Amino acid sequence: MLPIRLACYGLRSVTANCKRINIGSLSQITREFSSDERPQFPGSRSQWTEKLEFIRPDLYDGIPVYRVMDRKGKVIDPSQDPQLPQEMVIKMYKCMTQLNTMDRILYESQRQGRISFYMTNYGEEGTHIGSAAALDPKDLIFGQYREAGTLMWRGFTLDQFMNQCYGNMDDGGKGKQMPVHYGSKELNFVTISSPLGTQMPQAVGAAYSYKRAQNGLCVMCYFGEGTSSEGDAHAALNFSATLDCPVIFFCRNNGYAISTPSKEQYRGDGIAGRGPAYGMLTIRVDGNDVFAVYNATSKARQVALNEMRPVLIEAMTYRIGHHSTSDDSTAYRSVDEVRYWDERDHPISRLRNYMLSKGWWGDAQEKEWKEDCKRQVMTAFARAEKKLKPNWKEIFTDVYHEMPSHITEQLKQMEEHVQKYAEHYPLKNFSKD
Amino acid sequence: MRVFCQRLVSPLLSYLIMLEEYASVVNSILYRQFLLRRLATKIQFREALREALSEEMRKNEKIFLMGEEVAEYNGAYKVSQGMLDEFGAKRVIDTPIAELGFAGIGVGAAMNGLNPVIEFMTFNFSLVAIDQVINAAAKVLSMSGGHFSCPIVFRGPTGNAGQLGAQHSQNFENWYANCPGLKVVIPSTPYEAKGLLKQAINDPDPVIFMESEVMYGDKGEVPEEEYYIPLGKANVVKEGSDVTIVTFGKMLTRVVMPAVELLNAEGINAEVIDLRTVRPIDYATVIQSVKKTNRMVFVEEAWPLGSIATEVAFKVQKDAFDFLDAPVLRVTCADVPLPYAPTLIAEALPNADKVVKAVKSVLYKEA
Repeated sequence: MLPIRLACYGLRSVTANCKRINIGSLSQITREFSSDERPQFPGSRSQWTEKLEFIRPDLYDGIPVYRVMDRKGKVIDPSQDPQLPQEMVIKMYKCMTQLNTMDRILYESQRQGRISFYMTNYGEEGTHIGSAAALDPKDLIFGQYREAGTLMWRGFTLDQFMNQCYGNMDDGGKGKQMPVHYGSKELNFVTISSPLGTQMPQAVGAAYSYKRAQNGLCVMCYFGEGTSSEGDAHAALNFSATLDCPVIFFCRNNGYAISTPSKEQYRGDGIAGRGPAYGMLTIRVDGNDVFAVYNATSKARQVALNEMRPVLIEAMTYRIGHHSTSDDSTAYRSVDEVRYWDERDHPISRLRNYMLSKGWWGDAQEKEWKEDCKRQVMTAFARAEKKLKPNWKEIFTDVYHEMPSHITEQLKQMEEHVQKYAEHYPLKNFSKD
Repeated sequence: MRVFCQRLVSPLLSYLIMLEEYASVVNSILYRQFLLRRLATKIQFREALREALSEEMRKNEKIFLMGEEVAEYNGAYKVSQGMLDEFGAKRVIDTPIAELGFAGIGVGAAMNGLNPVIEFMTFNFSLVAIDQVINAAAKVLSMSGGHFSCPIVFRGPTGNAGQLGAQHSQNFENWYANCPGLKVVIPSTPYEAKGLLKQAINDPDPVIFMESEVMYGDKGEVPEEEYYIPLGKANVVKEGSDVTIVTFGKMLTRVVMPAVELLNAEGINAEVIDLRTVRPIDYATVIQSVKKTNRMVFVEEAWPLGSIATEVAFKVQKDAFDFLDAPVLRVTCADVPLPYAPTLIAEALPNADKVVKAVKSVLYKEA
């Protein structure tokens, strides 16, 4: 200790005429190094302990679930009611129910062989609408595949949804993707990509570009609890924290990853339990409570932008439908379990009860809206079905920005071939331009 | 040394320019070419890459470099030396060890208006990130119907780098070249490296730019004046008449040109083509050459099955069948994970002797 102090004084005299060293901090460092007060490891400097004690993951109750309403839609703590205006709440309700109706029609259409594939959003409408309503319409959304409600909230029309599912000539994606892989540059919704979790580091990259641009916008990244097992998820969560990016990670924990129940997906405290480990602000919410989702997303957005840091929201919910039209969930769960959630804890009925209690909704409006909604969906459906497929030449476009010569060659060859054997190709189903 | 030369040259330059103005008989274009060539200096491959990156980054602030060790450490292979000081931590970014993570971050940033250059410490590690490259970067433009693009460059060294074991010595040029939506570039000299990297950074499509650890120290002439080399145009390095030897990357300087020396000694005059890009491949230049020489040998460091050699051989036999006087041969790595022992590596990889043997074979000469 003494030699170190002497060295400090020596240093002081030597450097008196040169660069000034802050001697106060220097002696503080020597004090720390020489005492046993705190560990000095670069990786962590917490506290010492002489007790051999492992942290048991099951010894604590887990992060609590934030809610505003009870299962019947009654606000518990009035201070938590966001007091949203009537029109907005009605819009939320109409959006959720329209999504539900559209889901039913399109699921059936797949069963009838009209479209090749579909994924429903049953039971998770609250997570979509509650969060989308709290964002700025210019915030960029990266979805997984079960977030159609966020697009619907932003104004994606029934026609646009159907066109994509049918892959017809009016599909913004030019018929290149399977159904439910929506995308919209105008509505700031990145085109859905099939591999799970890949959107997560991409969201961080986009958030980084927003941080550089300082445009007051953030990025919203949706993913499921199953997806959180992917490597991309770990890298994205870790990076978002180390790069200090304004991104909200929104996990829809709906209990199932196809047939894998969440208790087989992880052993820890869900996805929220991981957030603090990455250094992220974290909250767990009742995903079937539209107002809880709204409040959490709203606050998360504020924090992400004001403090330039990522936030993790885990929305607990239940997947009432099958994973997709390729799944039959009766193979791995009971009908009674599904019925419980449908009847006793559904985001749509909880919001409806809230609206009823406020006198903003009634049976007559319900009936009228139900018919109106169904009619809108059916007419959009009929329109989409009649449309032609995109011009077959679209196969060759958008591989590169500029069509390279070898693709142009293939296009020409195909053109000649199709002209020559026109009667063998269903040209009347494809648009001429 | 460069600065010294520059200091020497600029008063000389102004004198010469003055002369030029007064001497009307002197062709001013020739003069400029002369002066520019005097300014060219020999720099290392890594410096050529650094110049390319820095020049583009100075012009366009949307370009940024991201990867392991690129900032504080000045680059695992010192390609980005000094760049953190010049451009700052917002544009030269060190990452945790998560190729999948930072490749994905690059894709997301590219889709949202920035121009990332993502460095893989070697392309062997790019396998960890391959989903983001193949399923995201390559397909975003197509699968979004043209609405979202991915102007990204993934760069780093590829291939054997001297006794590093099987997992650190692989060639994946053909893997990436196989995927539509990507462009794949492999420079062979510092001059090529600078021009091609500048072009790649400005390309609106995702580009895989593959260098080599063993070439980073190679010195070559690189003019100070700005230049770009278009992608998809092969370079006829040496004209010849007896056989067409096609190659790319470090095989050119390490294997093919030494083989050409040996062939010259035996009176065999080979034409050498450096493909420069393996997607898109400049088949036209190769076919034109084969129509002249009637024989082809392809030299590639990668494993044989599904290699670029195989692809080009297919095209040549399809479009120049009547011009071939012998089957097309390829000289590639042995079909094994590359061993560690130097003797075994020497046996496994292409070398000048193997190329000479292949050339003699297509010439029906005694080995």
